[in-house]
Amino acid sequence: MKWETFAHQADVGVRGLGASVEEAFAGAATALTAAICDPATVAPRTPVAIACEAPELELLLLDWLNALIYEMAVRRMLFSRFELAIAGTQLTATAWGEPVDTARHQPAAETKGASFCELKVGCNDDGRWLAQCVVDV
Amino acid sequence: MDLNRFRQRAPFEWELPASGRMRVPGVIFASRELVLDMDDKVAEQLANVASLPGIVDAAYAMPDAHWGYGFPIGGVAAFDAEAGGVVSAGGVGFDISCGVRTLRTGLKRPDIEAVKNALADRLFARIPAGVGSTGALRLSASAMDAMLRGGARWAVKEGYGSETDLLFIEEYGCVAGADPAAVSEQAKKRQRDEMGTLGSGNHYLELQVVEQVFDDAVARGYGIAEGDVLVTIHCGSRGLGHQIGTDFLREMVLGAREAGIVLPDRELACAPLNSSLGQRYLGAMRAAINCALANRQILTQLTREVFAEILPGARLGLLYDVSHNTCKEETHLAGGRRRRLFVHRKGATRAFGPGHAELPAEYRELGQPVLIGGSMGTASWILAGAAGTEERAFGSACHGAGRAMSRNEALRRWQGRSVVDELAARGILIRSPSFRGVAEEAPLAYKDVGAVVEAADRAGLARKVARVAPLVCVKG
Repeated sequence: MKWETFAHQADVGVRGLGASVEEAFAGAATALTAAICDPATVAPRTPVAIACEAPELELLLLDWLNALIYEMAVRRMLFSRFELAIAGTQLTATAWGEPVDTARHQPAAETKGASFCELKVGCNDDGRWLAQCVVDV
Repeated sequence: MDLNRFRQRAPFEWELPASGRMRVPGVIFASRELVLDMDDKVAEQLANVASLPGIVDAAYAMPDAHWGYGFPIGGVAAFDAEAGGVVSAGGVGFDISCGVRTLRTGLKRPDIEAVKNALADRLFARIPAGVGSTGALRLSASAMDAMLRGGARWAVKEGYGSETDLLFIEEYGCVAGADPAAVSEQAKKRQRDEMGTLGSGNHYLELQVVEQVFDDAVARGYGIAEGDVLVTIHCGSRGLGHQIGTDFLREMVLGAREAGIVLPDRELACAPLNSSLGQRYLGAMRAAINCALANRQILTQLTREVFAEILPGARLGLLYDVSHNTCKEETHLAGGRRRRLFVHRKGATRAFGPGHAELPAEYRELGQPVLIGGSMGTASWILAGAAGTEERAFGSACHGAGRAMSRNEALRRWQGRSVVDELAARGILIRSPSFRGVAEEAPLAYKDVGAVVEAADRAGLARKVARVAPLVCVKG
C-alpha cells in the first residue's frame, strides 16, 4: 500500500495506491491523516468501527473519507492504521488512532470534507488500484 | 489563462462568450495581469456554472478568482426559481458562511505597544483554535436548534455581546428561513463542542492597525482613522457547516440525475429551487449561516473579555460582519425588472452600494463595508460597496488574496519557526498551536492582495477605504 498527498491550489489532494481496492482506500485514508499531520506520529491505539454503503466505488471512497473526517471531528482523534473490506457496495472497516495531542502531532489544518474534485477510483493496466480526491482543508 | 477566449468589455471586465452548453456568458472582473495569472480551470469552471438551469445574466468571477470545486472560488451566480433555477451545495462549499468580522477598539497603536505580548498570549489562551480544540459552551438539542434559528441574535440573548452589535451584521445577525430539522444529527453532533472556536487553516483572529486611509469621508463614517487598532476575526460555521456541505453534495449528485440536470462537473451538484431537496438544502444552509454568525458573536465576546482584563478602557464596537460562502435570496434588477434571485457567492463578499435599503442607517449613504482578509504578514483591506455594483455582479466583490501556491509547496519552502521569527522581527506576533500550520499559511503562499483590491476598485465593485496591517495573529 502506498499513499501520497498531491497539490491543489487551495486545498490538498489525497491518493492511495495498492494491490487491491481496499489497499488503495487505506492509502487514501493515510494520506488524509498526512494532510493534517505526520501519520508516523499517530499511535494506532484505539479502534473505531466504520461502515458505509454507496451505489458506486467513487462515492464509496468519498463516504469512507467523510466517515473518517466525521470520526476525527467528534472524537477529537487522528488515525494511522486502517483495515477494511469492500463487498459490492458495502464497506466495513476499523481505523486505529489516538486523541489529538497538539504538541506532539502539530496538526496543521482540520479537514472539512472530501470533494468530487479529482475524484477517481480505478484499476490500472498493471492491476494496481488507485483511489484519490481533493479534500477541503 | 488564454486571453484569446475572452472579449474585453471594459478595462477590468473580460467576457467569456456563451458557447456550447453555456446559457449565459462568463465575466471576470480583473486586471489583464490578474486574468493572465489565473488558471485555465477558472474559465472552464465559469463555463460550467454558466450552463446550469435558470442562471441569470452571467456567471461572474471576482478579481481573486481561482480554481475551486465546481464553482471557481471568487465565483458569483444568481438563479431564478421561476425560470427553473437551481441551488447548488457546490456553489456554496463546505465552509458555509465563512466570513470576516472587524471590531473597532477605540485605541491607537501606542496604547497597545506595552501590552501587545500580553494581549497575544491572553487571546491565544482564551480563543480555542486549531485541530481538536473545543469551546466552553456545550449545546443541548433544544439550544442547538434555537441557535440555528437565531444566529447572532440567539448569541446576544445568551449574553454574548449587545443588541447594537446586531445592527452591523448582514441580515442583522439572523437569516430567515433556517430549518434546523433539515440539518442532520451528524452535523449537529459535529458542532456540539465547537461553538466559540476559531478553527484552523486560513482562519485567524488578528489585532491590526489602520495603516492608510484612502477615503476620509467613508472612513469617518465607518468610525476609523489612521493609527486605530482593530480586531478582525475570520472563521465560519465550523463542523456543522462542513457536514451540511458533505451531506447535501452527495444527495444532490445522486438527485441531479433524477431531476434531469446534466452536471458537467459533479462538484456543481445542485437541485431545483422549487424542489423538496432544494428547499431542504436552503433551510440547512441558512441554519449554517446562523451558526457562523453566532460563532463569530461568541468569539467577539471572548475578545472583549480579554481586552477588559488588560486594557479596561477599550470599547470594542462592531464595524461590520460579512460572510463570503453563501446563497442568499435577494432582489435585483435583471432583464429590465426587479426579480427575487438566489445569489451564490463562493469566496465572494456581498458589497451593496450606497443607498441600499438592506444597509443599516449609519452606513446607508456610504455603501456596505467589504472586509478583505489578509494572511498574517500581509495587509487586510476595508472597502465600501460601490455605486452601481448591483448592475455588475449582483452587488458582490472579492474576498481575499487567494493562494498563490499549494500547501505542499508552502511546506517545502518554509519552516513554521522561521516564519514566526521573521514576522516577529517585523513586529507581528504569531500565536499558533502548530508550526506546520504556520508554514502552510506563510504570507508568501498567498497572492498580492493589493492587486486584487486595486482591480475590485477599478472594476467598480468596491472602493478602497483603508489598508490595515497585522500586529498580532492568533492562528488555528
